[in-house]
Amino acid sequence: MEDLLVRIICRLVVPFVQLYGLYVITHGHLSPGGGFAGGAIVGASMILFALAFNLEAGSRKLSHDISLLMESGGAIGFILAGFVAMLLGQNFLTNKAAGFPLGVPGNLFSSGAIFFFSVAIGFKVGSTMCTLFYNLIEGSDRHRSSE
Amino acid sequence: MTTGIEIFLLTFLIVCAVAVAYLKDLLSAVIVFGAYSLIMAINWQMLGAPDIAITEAALGAGVTTFLFIATISKTRRSE
Repeated sequence: MEDLLVRIICRLVVPFVQLYGLYVITHGHLSPGGGFAGGAIVGASMILFALAFNLEAGSRKLSHDISLLMESGGAIGFILAGFVAMLLGQNFLTNKAAGFPLGVPGNLFSSGAIFFFSVAIGFKVGSTMCTLFYNLIEGSDRHRSSE
Repeated sequence: MTTGIEIFLLTFLIVCAVAVAYLKDLLSAVIVFGAYSLIMAINWQMLGAPDIAITEAALGAGVTTFLFIATISKTRRSE
């Protein structure tokens, strides 16, 4: 896969794809999309980079171990953000009754805790895509070298 | 009430779906499958489900195609 055109176009496109993914994640409560769709877009951009260049270049940007940590960290962050409401004396994942401030409707920070849930899901889904790809590409080599 | 572009999109959708099953070159089949997902995303948007359309475009046309290409690069290209 030593194609100059593919690499140049990929290098141009990937930042915009990632910016759009972050936009979809952070505006999940205002517009279509949300944590899952935005995380899938961000993960697809990382896979595109690793596929157009090679696995070493992709691993320098986001290595397999960091991707694994982000995957677990996203899930744990979602659960911890849900437990914040329980610490404040409400049910799991309670938003407004637990005291999260709701801003002006239509603004970016107008959803209380849902913003943090979306970001956590975005981390989780995006790094899961990367981890799937790395597991598929590295395959049994990784296990063989670790044994 | 179906307009002309809807009939065109649905016809192309069926053509893509049948072509995926009949293509012998697996890389071509994956690319046609990506086109199928893209048309399906446009169909979701026209049916009034932009949320599903974004997810279909990101997962169906993006990640699934990448994962299939990665699988083909690890295995054989022809059926």
